[in-house]
Amino acid sequence: MSTSDDLRRMTSVPKRSFRPSMLLYDQRYRSITIQVFFLFMLMLGAAWLIDNTVSNLRALGRDFSFAFLNAPAGYDINQRPIAYDSQMTHGRAALVGFLNTIILAVLACALATVLGVVAGVLRLSNNWIVGRLMTVYIEVFRNIPTLLWIVIFGAIMTEAMPAPSAFRGDDPAASMLFNDAVAVTNRGVYIPSIEFVRDLGDLRIGPVAPSLNWLLVFFVIIAGIYANKRLIAHATAVQNATGIRPKTWWKSILILLGPVVVILVALGAYLDYPELRGFNFAGGTHLRNSLIAMWLGLGIYTGAFVAENVRAGILAISRGQTEAAFALGMQPGKTMRLVILPQALRVIIPPLISQYLNITKNTSLGLAVGYMDLRSTLGGITINQTGRELEGMLLMMLIYLAISLTISGAMNVYNSRVKLKER
Amino acid sequence: MSDTHAQTVAYVRESMLPEASPPIAEKGAVKWLRENLFSGWLNTILTVLSLLAIWYLLSAIGPWLLNAVWNAQSLRECREILDGASGACFAVIKDRWHQLLFGFYPPHLYWRPVLSLILLFVALAPVLFSQVPRKFLGLSALYPFVAYHLLWGGSVWLPVSVILGFVLGYVAFRVLARIAPLVAITGAILVPVLWWIFFAGTFTSAMTSVAPIGLDFVRSDRFGGFLISLVIGVSGISLSLPIGILLALGRQSDMVFVKSVCVMVIEFIRGVPLITLLFTASLLLNYFLPPGTAFDLILRVIIMVTLFASAYMAEVIRGGLAALPKGQYEAADALGLDYWKAQRLIIMPQALKISIPGIVNTFIGLFKDTTLVVFIGLLDPIGLSNAIRADTDWNGIYWELFIFIGALFFIFCFGMSRYSMYLERKLKTDHR
Amino acid sequence: MKNSVFLGAFAATTLVAGLAQAQTTLETVQSRGELNCGVSTGLAGFSAPDGNGVWQGFDVAFCRAVAAAVLDDPMAVNFVPTTGQTRFSALASGEVDILARNTTWTFSRDVDLNFTFLGTNYYDGQGFMVTRDLGVSSALELDGATVCIQTGTTTELNLADYFRVNGMAYEPVPIETNAEAQQQYLAGACDVYTTDVSGLAATRASFASPSDHVILPEVISKEPLGPAVRHGDDQWADIGRWTLFALIAAEELGVTSANIDEMKAGTDNPEINRLLGSEGDLGAMFGLDSEWAVRAIAAAGNYGEIFSATIGEQTPIGLARGLNAQWTQGGLLYAPPFR
Repeated sequence: MSTSDDLRRMTSVPKRSFRPSMLLYDQRYRSITIQVFFLFMLMLGAAWLIDNTVSNLRALGRDFSFAFLNAPAGYDINQRPIAYDSQMTHGRAALVGFLNTIILAVLACALATVLGVVAGVLRLSNNWIVGRLMTVYIEVFRNIPTLLWIVIFGAIMTEAMPAPSAFRGDDPAASMLFNDAVAVTNRGVYIPSIEFVRDLGDLRIGPVAPSLNWLLVFFVIIAGIYANKRLIAHATAVQNATGIRPKTWWKSILILLGPVVVILVALGAYLDYPELRGFNFAGGTHLRNSLIAMWLGLGIYTGAFVAENVRAGILAISRGQTEAAFALGMQPGKTMRLVILPQALRVIIPPLISQYLNITKNTSLGLAVGYMDLRSTLGGITINQTGRELEGMLLMMLIYLAISLTISGAMNVYNSRVKLKER
Repeated sequence: MSDTHAQTVAYVRESMLPEASPPIAEKGAVKWLRENLFSGWLNTILTVLSLLAIWYLLSAIGPWLLNAVWNAQSLRECREILDGASGACFAVIKDRWHQLLFGFYPPHLYWRPVLSLILLFVALAPVLFSQVPRKFLGLSALYPFVAYHLLWGGSVWLPVSVILGFVLGYVAFRVLARIAPLVAITGAILVPVLWWIFFAGTFTSAMTSVAPIGLDFVRSDRFGGFLISLVIGVSGISLSLPIGILLALGRQSDMVFVKSVCVMVIEFIRGVPLITLLFTASLLLNYFLPPGTAFDLILRVIIMVTLFASAYMAEVIRGGLAALPKGQYEAADALGLDYWKAQRLIIMPQALKISIPGIVNTFIGLFKDTTLVVFIGLLDPIGLSNAIRADTDWNGIYWELFIFIGALFFIFCFGMSRYSMYLERKLKTDHR
Repeated sequence: MKNSVFLGAFAATTLVAGLAQAQTTLETVQSRGELNCGVSTGLAGFSAPDGNGVWQGFDVAFCRAVAAAVLDDPMAVNFVPTTGQTRFSALASGEVDILARNTTWTFSRDVDLNFTFLGTNYYDGQGFMVTRDLGVSSALELDGATVCIQTGTTTELNLADYFRVNGMAYEPVPIETNAEAQQQYLAGACDVYTTDVSGLAATRASFASPSDHVILPEVISKEPLGPAVRHGDDQWADIGRWTLFALIAAEELGVTSANIDEMKAGTDNPEINRLLGSEGDLGAMFGLDSEWAVRAIAAAGNYGEIFSATIGEQTPIGLARGLNAQWTQGGLLYAPPFR
């Protein structure tokens, strides 16, 4: 096809009649043709895959059904955020695994954020030795696979910590920390837990049954935060009107802490300390080795990436901002807190969220240290015991996908909210 | 202020004083220390804390490293040599380093993976360093076949027949291009596919019986250690590049349907953990393929890893496309280039160049992620460390293996990340 | 292998491989010239590669016997290491022709997963191992203990049932591989290690001081371990099943790898003659020649020989025959008649 052909076709007056060749050579129809062809190939490919799957399943004498989720699971899970025993269903086991995934993801995200912000800021510090130390931390952790870190932290916990039996006897080889409150053993860390004398019972919503006591405490804290926000808004309003800011710090403390203390006392809250009983420590909260290894491994590894994001965010703020703040007589600490970080956040948050996504996806490495997350329950033991790998894997992928899409959806909402409003 | 004052006023000095040395606190090490370490109470605290941390680490690890034992046959022997003192037992590395690097690859053939690694750098040179003449890019395209033959061996005619397919496709394209471009593209796709399906096997066996040249065949289950990480990582990245480009273009396309399919594919793959894709490779791929198809686990893993990397690659390239000034697209349109010509001659060369740091970073991530294959029973370095520990001789050895594996990964990834940073700096100045 | 790599590389565009479906498993194996046998990734005595990378062990010997019967070469086996997680899909997908990986024969695996178990080659049961200084003498004293288990096996289901029935609490520590479980147990991260008694014995034998560890007397489950094949190819299942019975019958009849050469010429015991093919032609009934059993027995010896060479009392594993003795010796091994 030469250029003059093209030219003639373009310049000639379009005829009313439709010729099949127009499907290919007419700009108006070509994209439709291509899309129809693409759709056709796609459907052909999908049909091929589905046909293969169906015939493979038939050859194996299997069906495609999720009924196994209602069958008793038969296995136990050590970390149970909700009530579970081996007689409950595979679906329930998957739910326990899902909650464990979420717990781990939240803990690791928090650790990574704290470490990342601290390391990222300190790496830019004028202090030579601190800067170097942070560089070493970031480079070492960033360039070694996270799975290796998880395995290493797992090994540290089992190999380097004392067994519970070392705490026994008149002259024990190991002793508890913080006035007999915390025990670090090779089976995990035991910390005190908050228990209540008066129990209000549980609230039944669907498959989960959160304790009413904790719901009440949670509600009071939220209410306190909301009231405090109102108080500060009021103080700002007064300041705007009169130029004098009323003192709020003691009111804030009272509003935030007072009701919580009252409700805790009313419910009869007390600290339950772990103590050595039988084979293991009993009482308190047991943070298992698997949880700690995953938490530290994911948190510290991802923290190094977050640190780089934070540093990039801070460096992205032009030097003039710092100079302007100094010219106003601000201290370096205040400059960072009031001028640089608020602006840098806009740059930092999007990559930070994608690190959160990575953490959530990496929780699926839990099996390496025996952490009972979604992948180990639904994607591991359940698939194994029932042989439903197709259904189980599909379900698991969809759940992970839903988590990921939720997080990135939240990121998009945030992004559009903090976007620089240019006029 | 002129020098006349010097003569007229008695109390004005006539000549310059020699420069006095600065006060002791303002020079040399003291000044440096004061400015860099103890410039305020916060910095002082930080310095002291850092020094404490470093001291703590050194005192914990130092003696252990200094006492290292390099010659022993088992952990028990190591402990006898150490006689109660704390010390590392690097004898395990000396005993098993070849397994950690090559897996169960036949020892007398180690030169083959080593040679393919060296050739990899040679092949990458024209891509990575602009000083090398572009002509060598053609040779780089040959590299995958050479590397396949070096690593797996077997008859040399198998890779040759695959290359012939591409050559035939090109010839078909050139011949048919005179008729119509659409026919040419169809021919360029159909001819090699037909060749591979119907004639390549016959060609390979015929040529092998006529001229049986080739290296010893090495089975995939002999691969392990860093060799497997590198094979999966490098092939995953290089195969994902074309798919990634197509996905990125699809995502930018005006065609609603094509665009939404591409977005769905990219977001699905980026939304699920790699490990579920690897499990799909090991457990489910057989369901999706025609009954009776069974092929090598490494190959299945490479397919899934390629899919995984393609989605990330597509996003990197999309970034590159977005960074191109709009004027480039308009200039291409103004020249009357059609879509593919514009992409091939104007857009892609620039977009890919901008994307190289991102591609390198994707590769670093993928290379680290290859350790996940341990979950489906492939013996990567971490899998081998478990296998070594299962041996009664080395039962209970941890840190030495972790240090060795970690150090190798570190060297690789750190080197690559430095390269990508160098490139980023270079490209940045180019564009300002 | 070369071909499969090649096909695989272009599987997306080819449908050629679909042709394989029409064949029976026997034909597939014979045309491939190699038996794909799924084994455990490494369990001392049952299946583990030795220093030269050659697989050895009790389960391995069975695969070699089948390969000898079908392909006339006991070494023509491609061992596919499978984990507890991947073993069933490896068998179901056709990646392996036969699964010999101390797999417990259960109703659901047989009926729901559509596998045919070829019989029991080792009668086992789940037990517990604790350190001697723990001072525990019965599993009923384990209330509140931390228990290391290997995931993906029947053991974790039995464990849950046992503690539930006896009203005891426990803390499960799920671990993926046997080696890692041993490590955790030795490091004291769990009080108890539980798996099949044979596995416990094998594990204890590999410890530096085996006498510091006790295997508790309770056996909490029945674990008939046996090789398995896919449903739907009865000829292949028969070959596997009767190879196993041939090994058992050979021990009962006194046929060993040492005397098989003279016995195959013909003896005055018609049962032996039928087994070894000098009388009648049993092999032809499932598509093999008459000497199939001779080769199977010659590969690694009869059942008793295999047992004592791999896991018997003279080996470091040191397992007694117990339930796995011939029925004439008070055991459960009972091969149906060859006629």
